Amino acid sequence: MHYDVIIIGAGIVGCACARECATAGLKVAIIEHHIPAAATTAAGMGHIVTMDDSPAQLALTAYSRGLWQQLAPQLPASAEYEACGTLWVAADDEEMAGVSAKQSVYTAAGIASSTLSPDVLASAEPALRRGLSGGFLVPDDAVVYPPASAQYFLQQAQASGTVLLQARVIRAANHSVQLADATILHTGKIIIATGADISLTPTLPIQKRKGHLLITDRYPGLIHHQIVELGYLKSAHKLTADSVAFNVQPRQTGQILIGSSRQYGNDDPGLDQRILAAMLERAISYIPALARVSGIRAWTGFRAATPDKLPLIGPTEDHSVFLAMGFEGLGITNATGAARLLADHLLLRPSAIPLTPYLPERIKQEAYAHA
Amino acid sequence: MTHAEVLIVGAGPAGIAAATAAARTSRSVLLLDDNHAPGGQIWRTDSLAPNPRDRHRDAALTSLQQSGAQLLFNTRVCDAPAPGILTTLSGEAITHIEYDKLILATGARERLLPFPGWTLPGVSGAGGLQALTKGGFPIAGKRVVVAGTGPLLIAVAAHLAAAHANIVCVAEQATLTQMAAFASAIASSPAKIWQGIKFRAQLRGAPYHTSTWPIAALGDTHLTSVRLTDGSRTWEEPCDYLACGFHLVPNTELASLLGCTFNGDFVAVDVLQRTSIGNIYCAGEPVAIGGLDAALIQGEIAGLAATDQLQQAQALHQRHATSLQRFVTRLEAAFRLRPELLTLAHPEDIVCRCEDVRFEQLVPYTSWTAAKLQTRCGMGPCQGRICGPATQSLFGWKPTSVRAPLSPVPVSAFIQFDLRTPTAPQEIP
Ligand SMILES: Cc1cc2nc3c(=O)[nH]c(=O)nc-3n(C[C@H](O)[C@H](O)[C@H](O)COP(=O)(O)OP(=O)(O)OC[C@H]3O[C@@H](n4cnc5c(N)ncnc54)[C@H](O)[C@@H]3O)c2cc1C
Ligand SMILES: Cc1cc2nc3c(=O)[nH]c(=O)nc-3n(C[C@H](O)[C@H](O)[C@H](O)COP(=O)(O)OP(=O)(O)OC[C@H]3O[C@@H](n4cnc5c(N)ncnc54)[C@H](O)[C@@H]3O)c2cc1C
Repeated sequence: MHYDVIIIGAGIVGCACARECATAGLKVAIIEHHIPAAATTAAGMGHIVTMDDSPAQLALTAYSRGLWQQLAPQLPASAEYEACGTLWVAADDEEMAGVSAKQSVYTAAGIASSTLSPDVLASAEPALRRGLSGGFLVPDDAVVYPPASAQYFLQQAQASGTVLLQARVIRAANHSVQLADATILHTGKIIIATGADISLTPTLPIQKRKGHLLITDRYPGLIHHQIVELGYLKSAHKLTADSVAFNVQPRQTGQILIGSSRQYGNDDPGLDQRILAAMLERAISYIPALARVSGIRAWTGFRAATPDKLPLIGPTEDHSVFLAMGFEGLGITNATGAARLLADHLLLRPSAIPLTPYLPERIKQEAYAHA
Repeated sequence: MTHAEVLIVGAGPAGIAAATAAARTSRSVLLLDDNHAPGGQIWRTDSLAPNPRDRHRDAALTSLQQSGAQLLFNTRVCDAPAPGILTTLSGEAITHIEYDKLILATGARERLLPFPGWTLPGVSGAGGLQALTKGGFPIAGKRVVVAGTGPLLIAVAAHLAAAHANIVCVAEQATLTQMAAFASAIASSPAKIWQGIKFRAQLRGAPYHTSTWPIAALGDTHLTSVRLTDGSRTWEEPCDYLACGFHLVPNTELASLLGCTFNGDFVAVDVLQRTSIGNIYCAGEPVAIGGLDAALIQGEIAGLAATDQLQQAQALHQRHATSLQRFVTRLEAAFRLRPELLTLAHPEDIVCRCEDVRFEQLVPYTSWTAAKLQTRCGMGPCQGRICGPATQSLFGWKPTSVRAPLSPVPVSAFIQFDLRTPTAPQEIP
């Protein structure tokens, strides 16, 4: 059997790639050794968010969000797409002072946003504690349920002829993919989309970054937007220390998903009680009513973090092998954009934004630079 | 942090027997339960007042009270954050309890299976309705159909009849032949192993049908009748309540969270009730569905063994092991589910009540993990306690790992954490 493309890993990224390739007419196989969308894709928050940590990050998140918006009407109800917007809140005047610069960056990128006074913030989200300095609203950001979204991509791909194989890939190079049972599959191209699992690409500088989340029982109407502290950027982009930030999400069910934490060097999937406590304490400090809501489950997941916080999308030295990895905390958002860019590249189509900032080769250059 | 040399979770018969036996030594023994009084499912009452009709219960409770074991009620174990420590919740307060030895006596719950109308108001678990009436729910004069399978049905019917309910009938899905083996087990056992059996005489003439099962609960906004079948004939019984349960499933979530090894659906133990984890013991229903006597004997063995009274523990095991095991096997055979029960649900019937997941939504999946992920089945507040065993019966899916908290906990409870160490987050923005 010969394929045009074999995709390894059926997380949201692999599934999105399969959909893009298959609907463009390529003969695709996607190989997953567990259950599709059950790894980091099942552990994440599903916030479709534009982020301006760097121009390249803003470009990819904005592009990807736009693709999600186009998809929205055809997504199944189970994907729970809801354009609830992101409400960034400023705890103090210093955080608020950064908002106007942030707004001009968003405006320049064509992303709608508005600045909220403390009063407007309080009426937009009455559950927030009083005394906050204001907020920054990005109304077109959204929320999805990632496993069902990934499943939708996979089904679309399958409807266009994609074959889903259940197997563990142990080697991927030079137009061939070897499975754990020694079967060898031949293919034009290989896309590695194995998330935080780098066993096929052990030299990649991808680190696992552990995160905790907690889901509550149903409290419809308690919050209306994905609410994130502006201090999040400070915490999310620290590369070493453990950190927690206030980040809460309203689910369509009325449940509230509470995040978020970031830890390096902890590969144990178990709950870390101290981090969980610190994370919830932080959430309660912003929304005091959360103290009394009932938490039904807490879990962890592993983000795949790269040194420069940008994903790895594109060809490697082995020209048959492509990467779609290293999405850190933005893989749900960026799955649509990454998949489109990669398909554009494979099919030699022009792409809407440049792929250059995300090319894996930069990692090697960096390695040289540090040598 | 509270410390107990022997900590026992669950104050049903197994936990009571364990605590009583363990407290005979000078060890500190703490028995806790999420109910407000000891007794578990079978001896559940509103008060500790003596019950002249149940001398076993009174004797067990008196021994417990005289034993010196410390009792802690309205307290639920919700997490096992580190070896030797359990997290408990009482009201909104979190406490950590340190233990040297732990005895799990967490009992069982009913298996509920979906069929058309099972979510209608007026339909409840059999043990569920029994517990409600024990809590004061007015059942007098109401027409009740008791259906499903297991000796619990008779116990419940007798209890409701004593509370002046009008028992329309008891519909037991097992065949008479199947049940006969069980009846002979009772006859050959020294004690009334399953208390329900002696109630048979107390059904006050209500018909007890074998090979009969419910196929639909009918009514618009509340149950008005139950459709029963014996496979060839189908008929309706008008009623106000349907108390319906399909035997028991063990409460093994805590054992699973602790990492104990399982033997099928049950916690694996040795002759001293020791689990795969050296200082953790398990007794009663999580080990095997074996009824009251098994719970009492296993509880006592665990209590003795956990306090190094090994000879007595071994002797007790030798005396009873064979007859208890025979009883467990017969019980299982007698009330095995008939295949028809697994096809009762229509595509549109709800299977997961917490998340409103319908039967048809589950059909495409081949594992609990995949179904759960895509349909949210089992992701609600009960975390699959009800729909997990149902989908296991219906689709053969094995439940996956248990996670903390074991039951919903106020968010504030997670941060009342007294295990903080210097490795706490270095930087909290
Ligand atoms: C706590 C937390 C919160 C997050 N919140 C958000 C958010 O709000 N918004 C957002 O955009 N992102 C968020 N993320 C990030 C997002 O979840 C991930 O970036 C995204 O899910 C990554 O998807 P993936 O397909 O790359 O990886 P995965 O979902 O991990 O998929 C990889 C797949 O590859 C398979 N696989 C691996 N190796 C092999 C092999 N050798 N053979 C076969 N199969 C293999 C795995 O089984 C797995 O299914 C969050 C992450 C975490 C942990
Ligand atoms: C609903 C129901 C009704 C029953 N009614 C009868 C009857 O009428 N007659 C009869 O003969 N048999 C009845 N049985 C069967 C009977 O329970 C058993 O035969 C046997 O007595 C079980 O004893 P046990 O100690 O193992 O468990 P149980 O009596 O079930 O006791 C277990 C105790 O542990 C507590 N517990 C569990 N998890 C936790 C936790 N995490 N934290 C704190 N506490 C916890 C439970 O609340 C419960 O009080 C019933 C069973 C059920 C499920």
